[in-house]
Amino acid sequence: MHDGDRRWRRIVGTPLGLTATVLVVAVLAMAVLGPVLWGDTATAVDTDDILAPPSAEHWAGTDNLGRDILARVLVATRLSMLLALAAVAIGVSVGIVLGSAPFLLGRRSGRLVSAAVNIAVAFPGLLLALFFAVVFGVGATGAVLAIGLSGAPVFARLTQTLVAGVAARDYVSAARVAGVGRVRVLFRHVLPNIAEPLVVNATIGAGGALLSFAGLSFLGLGVQSPAYDWGRLLYDGAAAIYVNPASALAPGAAVLLAGLAFNLLGESVAKGFGVPVIGDVRRRVRPGRAGADPGPAATDDHADGTAAEDVVLDVRDLRVTFPGPAGPVRPVRGVTFDVRRGEAVGIVGESGSGKSLTALAVSRLVDDDGTVEASRLAFLGEDLRADGGAAQRRMLGTTLAMVFQDPMTSFNPTQRIGRQLAEVATTHLGMGRREAMDRAAERLDSVRIADAGERVRRYPHELSGGMRQRAMIGMGLMGTPALIVADEPTTALDVTVQQQVLDLLAAIRAADGVALMLISHDVTVVGEVCDRVLVMYAGRIVEEIPAGDLATAAQHPYTRALVAAVPDMATDVDAPLATITGRPVEPADVPTGCAYAARCPLADARCRAEDPPLEAGPRGRVACWHAGEPLPAPDSSRPAEDLVETR
Amino acid sequence: MTITASSVAATRSQPGRTALRDRTWLRFALRRLGRLLASLWVLVTASFAMIHLIPGDPVRGALGPTAPADLVAARREALGLNDPLLSQYADYLRGLVTGDLGTSLSSQLPVSDVIAQRLPATLSLAVLAFLAAVTVAIPLGVTMGVLTRRGHGRRTELAFTTSSVVVATVPDFLIGIGLVYVFGVNLGWLPVAGNETPSAYLLPVLSLAVGPAAILSRIVRVEMVSVLEADFVRTARAKRLPPRRVYLGHALPNAVTAALTMCGLLLSAMVAGTVLVENVFAWPGLGTTIVSSILTKDYPVVQAIVLVYGIGVLVTNTVVDVALALLDPRSMIRED
Amino acid sequence: MSALRFTDVTVRYGRFTAVDGVSLTVPQGQVVGLVGESGSGKSTLARAAVGLAPIGGGTITLGGAPVPTRGRVRPLQMVFQDPYSSLDPRMSIGESIAEAMPPGSSRAERRAEVERLLELVHLDPGRARALPSRLSGGQRQRVALARALAGRPQVVIADEITSALDVSIQGAVLNLVRELQRELGLSMLFISHNLAVVRYVASHVAVMRDGRIVEQGPTAQVLSEPGHDYTRELLAAVPGRNTAP
Repeated sequence: MHDGDRRWRRIVGTPLGLTATVLVVAVLAMAVLGPVLWGDTATAVDTDDILAPPSAEHWAGTDNLGRDILARVLVATRLSMLLALAAVAIGVSVGIVLGSAPFLLGRRSGRLVSAAVNIAVAFPGLLLALFFAVVFGVGATGAVLAIGLSGAPVFARLTQTLVAGVAARDYVSAARVAGVGRVRVLFRHVLPNIAEPLVVNATIGAGGALLSFAGLSFLGLGVQSPAYDWGRLLYDGAAAIYVNPASALAPGAAVLLAGLAFNLLGESVAKGFGVPVIGDVRRRVRPGRAGADPGPAATDDHADGTAAEDVVLDVRDLRVTFPGPAGPVRPVRGVTFDVRRGEAVGIVGESGSGKSLTALAVSRLVDDDGTVEASRLAFLGEDLRADGGAAQRRMLGTTLAMVFQDPMTSFNPTQRIGRQLAEVATTHLGMGRREAMDRAAERLDSVRIADAGERVRRYPHELSGGMRQRAMIGMGLMGTPALIVADEPTTALDVTVQQQVLDLLAAIRAADGVALMLISHDVTVVGEVCDRVLVMYAGRIVEEIPAGDLATAAQHPYTRALVAAVPDMATDVDAPLATITGRPVEPADVPTGCAYAARCPLADARCRAEDPPLEAGPRGRVACWHAGEPLPAPDSSRPAEDLVETR
Repeated sequence: MTITASSVAATRSQPGRTALRDRTWLRFALRRLGRLLASLWVLVTASFAMIHLIPGDPVRGALGPTAPADLVAARREALGLNDPLLSQYADYLRGLVTGDLGTSLSSQLPVSDVIAQRLPATLSLAVLAFLAAVTVAIPLGVTMGVLTRRGHGRRTELAFTTSSVVVATVPDFLIGIGLVYVFGVNLGWLPVAGNETPSAYLLPVLSLAVGPAAILSRIVRVEMVSVLEADFVRTARAKRLPPRRVYLGHALPNAVTAALTMCGLLLSAMVAGTVLVENVFAWPGLGTTIVSSILTKDYPVVQAIVLVYGIGVLVTNTVVDVALALLDPRSMIRED
Repeated sequence: MSALRFTDVTVRYGRFTAVDGVSLTVPQGQVVGLVGESGSGKSTLARAAVGLAPIGGGTITLGGAPVPTRGRVRPLQMVFQDPYSSLDPRMSIGESIAEAMPPGSSRAERRAEVERLLELVHLDPGRARALPSRLSGGQRQRVALARALAGRPQVVIADEITSALDVSIQGAVLNLVRELQRELGLSMLFISHNLAVVRYVASHVAVMRDGRIVEQGPTAQVLSEPGHDYTRELLAAVPGRNTAP
C-alpha cells in the first residue's frame, strides 16, 4: 500500500529514525556475527592475566579467569537478544489473547478476564518476574518465562483498550449486522486496525525486556554460569568494579545501546504512524509574504454611510493564514463587513468556507501558528490587530462574549460552574469572591437555569447540553457585552433545546441592545434569527443580504442553491431535492477565478479566470458576474457527485 | 430579570447536601473497596500458592541434598507441609491476621522480625525517591508543555523528547553502577554502601528517581500540550484571563489528573526498582533480603516480602484513585 | 407480507429503560420515519432490531418470524450515521460491500454484484478497489447503502444517515433513498431528528420521546394536525420562517 511505504520512508528519513534503525541493525548483526567472529577469544582462559585493566591487547581488560571482556560482551549479544525477543514474544502473544478475550466472550466472562487483567496490571513487572522466578526456578528458561509473563498484563490492558476503541466503530457493528462471526471480525477488522500501536509497543517492549533481563541476571537470578548474557557479565563485573571498572562498564554500555536502539526505534515508528515526524520543523509564516493571490483591493465601503459610533465591530479585508505541508494556506481570504449596535448578523457557509475562523479572528482567538491580518479590525474603537495587553484583555473580557459549539467540552471539567463564571468578575470587574459568586448565580438565573443558587455548585458534567450552553451565555453576560459572537451555538443541541437557546439570545438582545454575530451552517436558523446574513464560500463573502430576502431575492447562485437544498416543511415531496454538484472547496486547494465556478450552472470562462469583487447592489452586496440571472432547470439525470481524487 | 442578585444568592446551597453527589461517592467508595479486597485476596493466595507451585520439595531444596532425611521430614512436619492444602491455606490466613508470617528456613528467626527490621530502609528509599522525582518532573513537564504548545518550540520539543527517552532508557541499576564508579571508585566523595549516614541516601535516591522523573516529565509535557488544545482552554482565553491564570489555573489541574495515574504506576515501579538499587548499594532493605532468600531458597521469607511489596503497590493504587476522584469527580462515574 | 413489526418492545440498560413498550410496523415497500431527539431511544430501538442491543421484552418480527440475530442470513440491514466510522479504513470499498453478501457465490459473481450495487448508488463501478479515505462523506454513505443492499435485505434501517453531511450533499443522499425505494420497492425505517427530512422521505411517521412512541400515523396527517403536545413542540421548533416561501 502506498501510504504504508511512504510512512516507513518518512520514519527512516528523520535523523532520529535513521539513528535508531542503524543501531538496531547493528545490534542484530552483532547477535548473528558475534559468536562467529569472537567466540574463541571469548572462551580463551589465561590464568596469568586475571582481572587486568584495559590494555592494547584487551580493550576492556580481563575477568577473573583472564578472558577478554570486550569479546565476551560482543558474544553475549546473541544470548541477550534471543532471551529478550523470546520474552517479548511470550508477553505479546499472551497479552493479545487475554486482551482480545473480552471481545470474543460474552459480557460476563469478558468482564471477569478484564478484572483479572486489571488486578495483574497493578503489580509492577519486576515483582511479577521475581514471583515467577521463584516458581520456575533461577536460570535462563525460568527467567524468560518470568519476564515474558510479567509483561503480559500490560500488553493485555493495551490490547483491551485498543480493541474496545475499534469495536465501538460502526464498521465493526456493520460487519456483525451482516452476520460475520466474532472471530472473523476480530481477525479481519479489529486486529489489522490496531496493529500499528501494538507493533510500536512491542518494539519498546523488546527494549524493556532486554533491560529487565539484564536486571534479573544482574541479581543473579537469570542466566547462570557458564552461560553468560550482558546481565550475568554485569553481575561478575559489579563484584570487580573496584579492580577493573571496565568489567562492569563494558556490558553496561552494551545494554544501554541495545535498549536505546529499540526504544528510539519504537518512538520514531510511533511518530511516523501518527503525528508529523519530529525534526521536521515547520517554518512560521511571516506576515505579508504568504504567496497566493492578493485578492481584490479592499476598497468596498459600507453600503450606506453609517455613523462611526453605531458600529460595534468594523472588519476590513481580514485574512487568516496558516502554514501547511505544501505552502501557506489561507482559509480566510479577504473578508469585509461590520456589525452595528443591537444588530444580529449571521454568517452562513459549509465546511471550508472559513466562517468559524472569521469569528475566531475577530475575537483574537486564532491559534498561535496562524497569522491574522486586516486593513482594519476594530471593536468598539479598539484596534484588535495588535495585542493591547492587560487593558485590552479587560475590555474584551467585559464587552465581548463568546459562545462556542460544543457545550460538552467548553467548560473546565474540574471546576464548578459557578466558579468559572465568577472568575470573569474577579479578574476584570474587581469583585470579591462572594460578590462574584452571587452575580454568577444571578446570571445563571437570568438565562433561565432553574435552581440557579444550587446549580452554581455543580460540575459541568452534571448539567445537560442545553443548560451548559445557557451557562456559557450567562458567563458572557457577567460583564456588559456589546457583542455576542456565537459559533454554531446550537448545532450540537436537540431542536427543541435549540429553540430555547435562540429565544434566550433574542430576549437578551431585546432587553440590553446587545449585538449578535451568529455563525452556522444551517441557513434556516440564521435566516430566522438574524437581521442580515453574510454567505461565505471558500474564504470569501459571496453575498450580503437582509434575512427576509433569503428565500425570494438572493442574487448569488450559491445562496439560492443553499436555500433550495434544505428541505423544510413546505418542500414539494414529489420533486427531487435540489442539490449542489461537486464538493465544498478545501482551503488548501482554492482555484483561480471564482471559487464556486466548478459547481455553478451559470459559470463561464470569465468566471473561471476572474474572481468577481464584492459589490454593493440594491439590497446588499454580491460577488458574482451573473448576479440575479435566472438559474437553468436542475438536471436530474446527471449523477450528483463524481468520484473525485482527494489528493 | 427582576430577581435581585442577593435573593438568588440566599438560595445558594451548603456544600455536600445533594443526594446525587453522596450516592456517587458511596458507589465509588464501595467499588474501590471491592477491587482492593479482591486484589488483596489474589495477592495472598498467589503468595501462598508460590511455594506449592515450585516443583520438588521446598524443604529439601533449602536444606540441600546432603541433609539427613529425618531432619527434612521433621522440618516438613514442623512447617505443616504434610497437612491437606486447604488447612495449610487456612493456617496461612490465620497467621497473616495475627501477624505470624512463619519462620525463616535458614536463620530460624520469625519472618515478621526480619520484615520489621528491613522494611524501614526500603520504605525511606522509595518515598524519598518518589518525592524527588515528582518535585522535579512536574514543574519541568509543565514548563516544557507551555514552551512547546502548538505553534511553538519545535526544536525544543525534539531536544527534550530525545533526551528524556535516552535518560528513561537507562535502567536504575546501571545508573547506580555508573554512580558507584564515578563517586565511589574515582572520586570517593560519597558512600556507596549501606545507609549509615544521611549522605549515603544521595546516590541510591538519585539512581531510583532519575528514570521515573524523565518518564513523568515527558508525560506531563504531552498532557499539558494536549490540554492546551482543549475547548475549555479556549474558553479561558476567551474570558481574557491573564496567560498565567490560563496555564496554572485551568490547564495544569487537568494535565495533572492524567499525570496522577502515571504517578501511581511510577511509584509501583519504584517499589520494584528498590530491589535492584538496593543490591547495587548494599542497602539493608527488603530488596537485598529477597534476592538472598531466593538464592538460598528460604521460601517463607520470599513469600512474606512478596506480600509486603504487593500490599504496598495496592495501597499506592488506592491512594491514587482517591486523589484522582477528589481532583476530577468525573473519574468516579463508571462508563460501562 | 414481510412487514417489520415491533410489538411492545422494551430495552433496558441496567436500571435505565431506553425503550419502553414500543409498537411500530414498517409495511412492505414503505418508508416509515422515526423522529425523536437525543435520548428518545430511537437509535436503541434500531440497534435492538439488528441484534446490537439486548431485548428485554416484546418481540421484533419480520413477516411473522422473529428477526434472526445470528448466522449469515440477515434480512434486516442497517446504515449508520457517521460516514467516517462506517467503513473499515483498511478495506477497499468493494471488499466492504462484498463482505456483506450472502455466502455461496463465486468470485466473479461477487465482483459483478459489487459493480451492480455501485452503479445503483451512482458511484463509478471501476473504483471498487478505492480505499474509503479517497471518498467524501456523501460518497461513503452511498457505499454504506450499497453494503446494506448487498445482503439482499427485506428491510433497511437508516439511522440518521444524513445528519453528519454537509447541506449541499444531504439532498443527493435523500434523493437516492427515494429512488431506491421507488425502483426496488425497498422497505425502510428512516430515523432522524429532522422533521423536514423525514417528511420528505417517509409516508408514515412515528414520534418518539423518552423511550415511548407518543404519536404515529400518515406523515401528512401527523404534521398538519398533530395530536400530541410534544409533536406540536417539535413542529414549532423547526426553524425556517424566512427561508420558506
